[in-house]
Amino acid sequence: MIKLDHLSRYFQVGDQSVHALDDVTLNIDTGEYVSIMGPSGSGKSTLLNILGLLDTPTDGEYWLNGINTSSMDSDAHASTRQTRIGFIFQAFHLVPRMSAFENVELPMVLAEMDKNERHQRGHRALERVGLLSRVDHRPDQLSGGERQRVAIARAIVMEPRILLADEPTGNLDTVSGKEIVAIIEELNAQGLTLIVVTHDPKIGGHARRRIRLLDGKVVRDETSPAVPS
Amino acid sequence: MKLRDRNSIALGALIRYPLRTLMMLTATAMGVAAVVVLTSLGEAARGFVAAEFQALGTHLVIVIPGKSETSGGGLGMMIGQTPRDLTIEDARALLRSPAVENIAPLMVGSASVTYNGLERESPILGSTPELLDIRQWTMALGRFLPNVTSERGAAVCVIGEIVRQELFREEPPIGKWIRVGDRRCRVTGVLGSAGRSVMVDVGKIVVIPVVSAQSLFNSPSLFRILIRAKSRESMVAAQNDVKRIIRERHQGEEDVTVITQDAVIATFDGIFTVLTFALGGIAAISLVVAGVLIMNVMLIAVSQRTREIGLLKALGARQRQITALFLTEAIFLAAMGAVVGVLLGYLASSGLGLVYPDLVFRPPLWAVASAVLTALACGVIFGISPARRAARLDPIKALAGK
Repeated sequence: MIKLDHLSRYFQVGDQSVHALDDVTLNIDTGEYVSIMGPSGSGKSTLLNILGLLDTPTDGEYWLNGINTSSMDSDAHASTRQTRIGFIFQAFHLVPRMSAFENVELPMVLAEMDKNERHQRGHRALERVGLLSRVDHRPDQLSGGERQRVAIARAIVMEPRILLADEPTGNLDTVSGKEIVAIIEELNAQGLTLIVVTHDPKIGGHARRRIRLLDGKVVRDETSPAVPS
Repeated sequence: MKLRDRNSIALGALIRYPLRTLMMLTATAMGVAAVVVLTSLGEAARGFVAAEFQALGTHLVIVIPGKSETSGGGLGMMIGQTPRDLTIEDARALLRSPAVENIAPLMVGSASVTYNGLERESPILGSTPELLDIRQWTMALGRFLPNVTSERGAAVCVIGEIVRQELFREEPPIGKWIRVGDRRCRVTGVLGSAGRSVMVDVGKIVVIPVVSAQSLFNSPSLFRILIRAKSRESMVAAQNDVKRIIRERHQGEEDVTVITQDAVIATFDGIFTVLTFALGGIAAISLVVAGVLIMNVMLIAVSQRTREIGLLKALGARQRQITALFLTEAIFLAAMGAVVGVLLGYLASSGLGLVYPDLVFRPPLWAVASAVLTALACGVIFGISPARRAARLDPIKALAGK
């Protein structure tokens, strides 16, 4: 499903060229549960951005569902993000003036879905994250864990194939963090490809496949049965 | 994104930042209101002047000695000094034209008017009874120069209301003898308070027979000949006839200027329309200033909502959608400002109408329409660049709030 072929990403910092990703070759299959770990600056966020089509590689190729993404224009990237990829961010990124439901509705609004379907899907997604009782609450009326659950509902409402999570528990306490991990693992169990970027080994260790990055290179890529928590 | 969703998202954002919204609303509203008020001011002035000329009388053709095209004619026309005089005989001859209904020769001068030891300096008009009808004056008391023609004078006069008050006070004026210059005349009537008429205040004048005026001012030369045409349609014919008759009488020289009231009104109309446009234009500058403010505040909005834009991009928003979203906000602001501005403008106009009841303050529709359109155009033009900037943001940096 995801195929990275000698992929590199350089950034120009002053007159120096920094290799955020350096010749990464990687395959991720449908339904996998992958964690990407590494110290800060190791390129894990850059990798996630490229996987999410928010960034483009300097070199090499990224094939998504058999299509070379560098052959797509920015509108095609946008529509792929819309239908195939769900994002979960460390900072939740909810729109503060909108209710939980309206936040979840946003991707469907952008996709010009009609009102009835938006209502149904939105409520179903909020139900899956256990927030049906909070549909009309604004983010400032919700706890951190609840906010992240709204964000997850928003990420899955378009029924994407891939869920990209960037430090999803980074802003949460341990209890809420565990809840969030449980929810996304459940989604993975239902068939969603899950890629989690984290520097927390407790979170990353949950994944069946664990990739470790250092200085933009894959230094370890191991698959094992899930470690019981 | 559907229009309704776009509108509700834009509205939501406007409500979320009330201070910003209020600020831009006020700026636009002030600009639109300024256009509405200033143009209604210009229109009121135009209407006032047109009404003044209308008060001269209907179907009015005015003959002025001197030709305005000849050199120095402009000045000669104004002070009534030309080589060849316009005489009472010229005036009478004009009655030959079938298009002319009535004529009134007119002399103008100034003399002291005395009664019973009281004296005042007054404008003196020498004319015939037809003047009353042509100028459409009314009588408050008595009759207007009875038994007077253009050939025959009489020792009679008609006084204005202010003259009556100053000379007679409570005394009934009719039949009393007053002195006008070195001549005595009997007061036969008092002019009604017809208000102002362009050249003089009717209340302050004394009207005597034209023949008397000629000897009082010791001159055969008329100041004007006022003509009333038979109808609006016959005004052009009357004008041509007048020129022809005068040419015949003045050895083939057309040494008069013939103007119609319509021409005068048209001239002033033109002047005041330009004035109104100019006022509107000046006010429109404030609208453009409002537009610049819209741009600045929208740019602030874009940087305030950088994360939101990044999020929208991550959720699959196309550049076009984000441009449309921010442009909608700018247009909403401009439109709301325009509506408030039009209301304010009309309110201020009615306020002015209360302060100056003589003037009619009615904002011209074209000005209101173009003010609203300019406001909307400003919203679009000055909204585009911030909206584009939002659409072009790099999603990763935007999400990080950079």
